[in-house]
Amino acid sequence: MGRIGNKFQELKRKNEKALVIYLTAGDPDMPTTEALIPALASAGVDILEIGVPFSDPTADGPVIQAASLRAIKSGATLAKILEVIQRIRQVSDIPIVLFGYYNPIFIFGCEAFALRAKAAGVDGILIVDLPPEEAAELRRHTDRAGIDFISLIAPTTDDARIRRITDKAKGFLYYISVTGVTGTAKPNIEDIKRDVARIRKDCDLPVAVGFGISTPDQAAEIAPHADGIVIGSAIVKLIAENAGSNDLIPRVSSFAGAIKKALSGGVRI
Amino acid sequence: MPALIELNAAYRRANRDKTFLRELADYRRQYAGRETPLYYAARLTEKLGGAKIYLKREDLNHTGSHKINNTLGQALLARRMGKRRVIAETGAGQHGVATATVAALFGMECRIYMGEEDIRRQAPNVFRMKILGAEVVPVSSGTATLKDAMNEAMRQWVSRVRDTFYVIGTTAGPHPYPMMVRNFQSVIGMETKRQILKAEGRLPDMLIACVGGGSNAMGLFYPFRNDRAVALTGVEAAGKGIESGLHAASISAGRVGVLHGNKTYLLQDANGQVHDAYSIAAGLDYPGVGPEHGYFAKTGRAAYVSITDTEAVDAFMTLSRLEGIIPAMESAHAVAYAMKRAPRLDRNKIIVVNLSGRGDKDAETVSKEMEEG
Repeated sequence: MGRIGNKFQELKRKNEKALVIYLTAGDPDMPTTEALIPALASAGVDILEIGVPFSDPTADGPVIQAASLRAIKSGATLAKILEVIQRIRQVSDIPIVLFGYYNPIFIFGCEAFALRAKAAGVDGILIVDLPPEEAAELRRHTDRAGIDFISLIAPTTDDARIRRITDKAKGFLYYISVTGVTGTAKPNIEDIKRDVARIRKDCDLPVAVGFGISTPDQAAEIAPHADGIVIGSAIVKLIAENAGSNDLIPRVSSFAGAIKKALSGGVRI
Repeated sequence: MPALIELNAAYRRANRDKTFLRELADYRRQYAGRETPLYYAARLTEKLGGAKIYLKREDLNHTGSHKINNTLGQALLARRMGKRRVIAETGAGQHGVATATVAALFGMECRIYMGEEDIRRQAPNVFRMKILGAEVVPVSSGTATLKDAMNEAMRQWVSRVRDTFYVIGTTAGPHPYPMMVRNFQSVIGMETKRQILKAEGRLPDMLIACVGGGSNAMGLFYPFRNDRAVALTGVEAAGKGIESGLHAASISAGRVGVLHGNKTYLLQDANGQVHDAYSIAAGLDYPGVGPEHGYFAKTGRAAYVSITDTEAVDAFMTLSRLEGIIPAMESAHAVAYAMKRAPRLDRNKIIVVNLSGRGDKDAETVSKEMEEG
C-alpha cells in the first residue's frame, strides 16, 4: 500500500476524516507552490492535489480556469512540476496526487511520465478528461509504476458503471458532489449520503467528496458521510487574492488549518 | 460520461428506427430544401482550362450552409430523448444559427456559446440567432474564440445534463459525436454520388472540401471512402502562412494530442498546451480536426493541403464574378485549391468542390480586405 492508502488507514485509526487540498501548480509562480506545499502539510492537510495547468480546463469553473492560465503564463510545465515535487519529497511525506487533463501527460509520453512521476514521489493521478474506459494506454505504465489511478464518480453515474469503475480503482474514489464544474454550486447533503452509500455497497476504498465545498461549516457537515473532503476553488481563490503578498502562505495555511479543525469537530470559524 | 453513454445508446436506436429516419428525410426535403444541386461551373472551368468543376451547392440549404443537415438530426434525437433544452457552441455563427433554427422549429429552449471575439466579427449571425429566440452567451475565457466556446458549452452541459442536449457542430468532440455528425452530414456525399453518376455516368476523380473541424468534408468524403479511384482532398486554413504560425492547419502543422474527448491532430506547444488557431474564415478557426480526418490523413486515404487567407479571398472574388455565387469564406478555401489544381489536370477529369456555405456573412470582412489591400 502506498502513501495514500496508509494515510487513510492512519486517519481511520484516529477516527479522523481526510482533508484533501487542491492547488494549481505555478499559480502565481513555482517558488510559491514549492513553499506552500510543506506549509500546508504542517497545517494539517492530509493529501495534496497538485493541479497541472491546461489551456482548456473543461471540468473547471472560472476560479481554476483563471489560475490555470496564470500558471501557464508563469511558465509552469509538467516537467517543472515534477522537479518541484521531487524536491518537496526531501522535506515532506504528504501523499501527492497530480490532478489535471490528459494532453500534457500524453505529450510527455505515458511511459516516460509514469517513470518520472514515480521517481519524483507522486502517489496518484486524477485525470478529469480520461474516463476509466479510455485509460488503458496510460494505466499500462502508471499501474506498473505503482501510481494510484483515482477515479471520479458523479451523481449521474449509475450502479453498473460504479461497479465497473470501482473494480479497477486505486487509492480512493473521488465523488463529485455536484453535477457541474469545480467551485460553482453548493453540494446537496442528501445526494451525498445516498451516493456515498451506493459507492460503499460495492467497494472498500475510501471515498472523498469534492467540487463545491468552500467553507469549514460545509466541510464539517459533509465529512461524517465520507472518508474525506476536497477543497479546491476556495483555496485557489485565496491564493489569487494574496498573490505577491508576504501573507500568502500564512493565510492559506491558516484557512486549511481551520478546515481541518472543523473536520475534527473542533473550533469553527 | 454517463451522458455520452446515454446519447450513444439513444443514437444507435434512432439510427435503426425507420420512423426516425423517415422523419429526418422529410425535414431535409420539406424544410431544409434538399436535395441541393450539383452544379457544373462552366465559366470557372473554362477560365481555368483544365478539369471540369462541379459545385455541390450546400450554400442553398435553409440557413445558408450544410450545418442544418446535422442540427436537424440532433434536434430530432433530442426530442426523442425528451430533452427540452439545447445548447451549442459556434465560431462563425453558422452552426449557432442552424441550431437556433431547429430549436425554434421544435419549440426548444436554446442557448448558444460564442467567443466574445467571434461575436464582434460575426454580428449579423448573432442577430439572426437572437431573432430566432436563442440566447447568445458571450465566452470571454481563454482566447474567446471557438475552442473556448466549446469548452464553455461542455461545462454548461455537465452542469445541466439531465434536461439538456448538447448539439456539437462538427465531427469532433467525444464519441459518439464524430460518428453521429459524420452520418448526419453523409447525405452530402450520397447525393453527390447519385448526381454525378447521372450527369457524367461515372464517379469524379477528385473531391475537394474545406476542413476546420471537418464536418462538411467528412459528409462529402465518407460515402466515397471505398471508391479508391476518387481522390479525397481536405483543405485547411493556412491563414497568414504556415511559417507565420498564424493558421488553423492542424493536420499539416500540428501533432497528435487529446482535446474535447478525442485524439487527433492539434495545434499545441511542446508541453501539450493547445494553441489558438487563426484564419480569416471564423468557421475554420479550430485548433483540432475531427479524428476521422486524422485517420484518413494517417492512412493516406485523403490528402490534406492548405490555402492562405489571400488565396481564399481571391477565390471568393473569382467565384462571385464568374458564376454569380458568393461562397462562404470557409468554402472559398476549397474553391481556391480547385483553382490551383484544375489547370494541371486533363479536360476529361472531374472535380467536385463542396460549396459548404454562402458568403453573405463575409461581405464586410472582404470589403475591409479590399480597402486595405
